Amino acid sequence: MTDTALSAMPAAVNVPAAPASTTSLTAKTRRRRALAYLQAAPMALVFAVFFLVPLLLTLIVSFWEYNEYEIIPSFTVQNYFDVFEGCFSTAEACTTVRTYVSTLKFCVLTWACTLVIGFTVAYFVAFHVRSRTMQMALFLVCTIPFWTSNVIRMISWIPLLGRNGLVNDTLMGLGLIKAPIEGLLYSDFSVVLAFVHLNTVFMIVPIFNSMARIDRSLIEAAYDAGATGWQTLWNVVVPLAKPGIAIGSIFVVTLVMGDFVTVGVMGGQQIASVGKVIQVQMSALQLPAAAANAVILLGAVMLMIVAMTRLIDLRKEL
Amino acid sequence: MSDRPRSPAFYLLAAFFCLFVAFLYGPTLTILVLSFQGPQGGLTFPMNGVSTHWFGKLWAGLGIVDIWGALWRSLRLGVVVMGLTVGIAFFAGLAFRKRFRGEGALFTVAVASLIVPSIVVSLGIGLEFRLLDDAVNWAAAATGWGWLQEHGTLMGLYTSALGAHLTWTLPFGLLIMFAVFNRFDPAYEEAARDLGATGPQTLRYVVVPILGPSLVGVALFGFTLSFDELARTSQAIGGRNTLPLELQGLTTTVTTPEIYALGTLTTGMSLAVIATALGASLYLQRRRARTGLRLG
Repeated sequence: MTDTALSAMPAAVNVPAAPASTTSLTAKTRRRRALAYLQAAPMALVFAVFFLVPLLLTLIVSFWEYNEYEIIPSFTVQNYFDVFEGCFSTAEACTTVRTYVSTLKFCVLTWACTLVIGFTVAYFVAFHVRSRTMQMALFLVCTIPFWTSNVIRMISWIPLLGRNGLVNDTLMGLGLIKAPIEGLLYSDFSVVLAFVHLNTVFMIVPIFNSMARIDRSLIEAAYDAGATGWQTLWNVVVPLAKPGIAIGSIFVVTLVMGDFVTVGVMGGQQIASVGKVIQVQMSALQLPAAAANAVILLGAVMLMIVAMTRLIDLRKEL
Repeated sequence: MSDRPRSPAFYLLAAFFCLFVAFLYGPTLTILVLSFQGPQGGLTFPMNGVSTHWFGKLWAGLGIVDIWGALWRSLRLGVVVMGLTVGIAFFAGLAFRKRFRGEGALFTVAVASLIVPSIVVSLGIGLEFRLLDDAVNWAAAATGWGWLQEHGTLMGLYTSALGAHLTWTLPFGLLIMFAVFNRFDPAYEEAARDLGATGPQTLRYVVVPILGPSLVGVALFGFTLSFDELARTSQAIGGRNTLPLELQGLTTTVTTPEIYALGTLTTGMSLAVIATALGASLYLQRRRARTGLRLG
């Protein structure tokens, strides 16, 4: 799918388009139209049943009441009040705000790390590796872990970061530290580390894809015009790689914002995150409260990505 | 550019790349080694002898957790998700080439499904099925029909969990199909049509063989993403968990290298699937090239 030898082929999407200007569609075109609906129907159905309706139900249930045993259809904004309880009265930050701040902190740190690492790796593979076969091989090396289990990849940090882990042992062996560092595992550090470990691939793939389409003669022109390597990178490559950067950023931001698994496993189930609040409420069967939290999370995430999506047209990028 | 000598930047970047690969694979290799820990060994180095002791214990079962049942469920679900993802995404890709009313909306929904936080999707599907259960219970009480009584829950592996997985795999499948069709020359289809092939014949003998390697890629995404999926499944599965869910639970309860043995096993299975898919893709490409030569 990353074979980017786009041999200047006009987007095949437009080719069999119906002649829209004619007054009446011919029978053949009409049949094509009907066939298109039929072919798109299964996907539309799946998204309707398992995505749109559930989102709608979440919104509706967020206004329902509940007690210990059941949820009761009604209309109340109490769930939303509960989420922001104490947020406006006291000077101290309330639980919700603190949770969002913590999650946002993970988000920003992860985004910054994955962007720098992802861009550098993609840049190396796209511009410094010369044979196409080698490019594809290295690209695969970067993506293969994405297809293996995330939980296992989290667990695999335990022997490295634990109290008697490899990192502490090595540092003590070298005499750099006297006692093992405690906060390596089950801490903010290990959470961000795992996020970067798991999510950098979401930066590499779109950025590499954008870079692979950059016309090499532009780089050559910059070189001929006397630009240094940095100038070429900053003034030619980065602007042209922006769509990839935006797509990768959207992925990373939304994955981290809604996460509860990584924060749970790598934080030793001790660190709060927005996703975890929802999960806990869900298992306590406080469904309307969980739904209200989900609606707020969705709103926050949407606000964050609206800015990023404005910059690009995703469909042009494929 | 390619005729110029390597710049110092190349070596710096190459070193960075190597470090990144070490970062990516190092931890997994560590647990691969540690899963062969001796019977007295613990969760960290040093190795206390080398044995397959922990694989043996794993084979015997992990106490109360039905790990083999969970693995089997995950495998079956993965295969079903794979098949549906390839089929649905392929036909949707075909539909998008023809233009239809609502294509913009469908595309937006697909992308939204990818980027809406998994916990929100999972919660929504969980809610939907709970409300469905309530509705069925209500109908059972109202009508008194025997076949409606005590239906348990509609939530399950092939209902809610399957749907949750599809909301995650289908967008990937669709995006890949877009990329594939953008590079597909419609002249092949037109040639087939000119030679009198019907629509299904064109698909069967022209489009599918040409796109074969890419469809294998979609299948790879479908299976592996489903096999490892956790966040979306979490609230949308009935009583019987999939393997990633069990694994997540085990992270807090298992304190022996058994869990590494399990990690080695599942990673090995994933790698086997990836290798099979890549091999199949390469084989199809080769065969296509060969047949193309013979025909041409």
